[in-house]
Amino acid sequence: MADRSRSDAYWAANKRLIYLCLAIWAFVSFGLGIILRPMISGISVGGADLGFWFAQQGSIYTFLILIFFYAWRMNKIDREHGVEE
Amino acid sequence: MDQFTLNLLVIGATFALYIGIAIWARAGSTAEFYAAGQGVRPVTNGMATAADWMSAASFISMAGLIAFGGYNNSVFLMGWTGGYVLLALLLAPYLRKFGKFTVPEFVGDRYYSATARLVAVVCLIVISVTYVVGQMVGVGVTFARFLEVSSTTGLLIGSAIVFAYAVFGGMKGITYTQVAQYIVLIVAYTIPALFISLQLTGNILPQLGLIGSYAPGGGDVAFLAKLDQVVSELGFKAYTAPTDNMLNMLLVTLSLMIGTAGLPHVIIRFFTVPKVADARTSAGWALVFIALLYTVAPAVGSMARLNLTTTFWPAAVSGNALDGEALSIEEIDTNPQLSWIGTWRDTGLLVYQDKNGDGRIQYFNEPKPLADANKALAAAEKALAEAPADADKAPLEAAVAEARAARDAVLAEVQLGGVSLAERGFVGNELTTVNNDIMVLANPEIAKLPGWVVALVAAGGLAAALSTAAGLLLAISSAISHDLIKGAIKPDISERGELLAARISMAGAIALATWLGVNPPGFAAQVVALAFGLAAATIFPALMMGIFSKRVTKEGAIAGMIVGLVVTSVYIFLYLGWFFIPDTNVLPNTPDAHWLGISPAGFGPVGALLNFVTAYAVSAMSKEPPRHVQDLVESIRIPKGAGAARAH
Repeated sequence: MADRSRSDAYWAANKRLIYLCLAIWAFVSFGLGIILRPMISGISVGGADLGFWFAQQGSIYTFLILIFFYAWRMNKIDREHGVEE
Repeated sequence: MDQFTLNLLVIGATFALYIGIAIWARAGSTAEFYAAGQGVRPVTNGMATAADWMSAASFISMAGLIAFGGYNNSVFLMGWTGGYVLLALLLAPYLRKFGKFTVPEFVGDRYYSATARLVAVVCLIVISVTYVVGQMVGVGVTFARFLEVSSTTGLLIGSAIVFAYAVFGGMKGITYTQVAQYIVLIVAYTIPALFISLQLTGNILPQLGLIGSYAPGGGDVAFLAKLDQVVSELGFKAYTAPTDNMLNMLLVTLSLMIGTAGLPHVIIRFFTVPKVADARTSAGWALVFIALLYTVAPAVGSMARLNLTTTFWPAAVSGNALDGEALSIEEIDTNPQLSWIGTWRDTGLLVYQDKNGDGRIQYFNEPKPLADANKALAAAEKALAEAPADADKAPLEAAVAEARAARDAVLAEVQLGGVSLAERGFVGNELTTVNNDIMVLANPEIAKLPGWVVALVAAGGLAAALSTAAGLLLAISSAISHDLIKGAIKPDISERGELLAARISMAGAIALATWLGVNPPGFAAQVVALAFGLAAATIFPALMMGIFSKRVTKEGAIAGMIVGLVVTSVYIFLYLGWFFIPDTNVLPNTPDAHWLGISPAGFGPVGALLNFVTAYAVSAMSKEPPRHVQDLVESIRIPKGAGAARAH
């Protein structure tokens, strides 16, 4: 196992990335899709309003991008801290 | 070739494929039986996870739920996909690094306690058994509808197929069968959707058709605006109407998200990949394959609903529904393109009744006063019809006359499109039943697609139900053979003995699920709320704290799980009846009676919060976890060495 301070730094970097991804995760679904929908109803995506589109389409696409982004960044962080397989 | 022969051929071909895979992918060791030898590629695992996850509910029911619930039911779309972000970020990589076979095994090791492991087994079995009942019922119903056998016979055939590949192949057989089942179900779901989107919006991609324009009306009005106009005119809530309970919508979404991440049969799929990095990308691939269906579902639902409405109100295609006449019964009986209405009427999923005797079927939303008045009139008429021949009928006849006068007064009052119902000659909604499920099952017929597409939808529904059932059965049987028999009752059991025990547990679980499918407890629909609520309130917090905290102790985790389990079940039982027995509910299941307006389906996050708070509070009062447990937490946080963890 890597020494203590190194593994702490790795874990901290992982947690920072998780916070960022979860903030976006919550913003597109709970934020744009539900809470903010009445405020952004003037913006339209084709025949739908932005909040509605995020609730039925957009948040799913964002979730997809988020998971692959996290996997890609974590692979890089793994290598930087020498804990990759 | 007639439709029955086509159905038989297509379903028979898919079943032959599943059996073929079962023979090819036999499990030779417990590692293969529980985790497919931890050698499944991330994309393959993603596809298998998608089939594992997407059940009869996703395939058959979800589009209908969204069609009639509109924007409010977006909770299913966001909730059932958002959980994969939580899985990929918070659970899957670390549990893969842990490198063992079951969820209770992790709980037992991390919380250094056989009791914690047992509590996790109880939670797992409650969640998975409630879930599997719905799948078995789905298999029976699909067989009955498309192959004209009784639903019990259908259920037995389905169970025999699952038996073949799950008992012999374990996780290995299930994985490769699920890949085949995914392909069958996604093709079956998307083909009708592409055609319908093309017909209604001129855009072949349903995702774009949903936000495109409505082609049959000339193309200058948006599809969603057209749908809103037509359903609002008939007194229904607009499809895109805002939610009337934002807090509940938020909590139900969150409950489905956390619940998804805490479902044991989904989590164990991530034990099958070779490396930690693979567990992360595999969650992404799973969501790619799930999104193919989930982004199409709202289009399928909304388009099928508009199609259904314009079928009954032909004038709605180019203008206002009520400017023209409703569909006539003569047309239904004679137009071959509308023969599906009769077919589905035979199944009871679509029921019409010409109440005002004008030979036409008026489909609209009865306002509450009218619905109440019609109900009172029907009750009075029933009392009169059932009265014994020698009874004094005068008071009963008077009651009917009174109820009819009251109903007629309501008809004169209530307006639809600015004209009173009495003036229009309507007495009530005449399309009395439109089951959610026909939005998917009858879709190919409504869109006038060829017979092989109908057969494919039948095979797709079976694939969705069987793949989920198999995943759940594996979670149940591995909890019994690995956590109960090897973990608690007979720790010195040999590898061969455990493999045999796993196969026997699997056979037992299939027998139990089949029995429950034949004799469904009558609450299959409500238990979904329980399964997700419990997964959110018990397993998810226990796993997350086990990974992200070194300080949470066995006392804390056990107390947290029990509090989550008890409080969440009690809240659900208060509104849905004790153990779902009808009429034992203490409070009515209505928004006004819900605590803070939170529906039983939205209580999961509250249960999870109580679990977290209890676990941290109790942990702070108990002795910190031993050194080797803190080392275990350190080690699962680091990807290096997951390959070595395969040796277990």
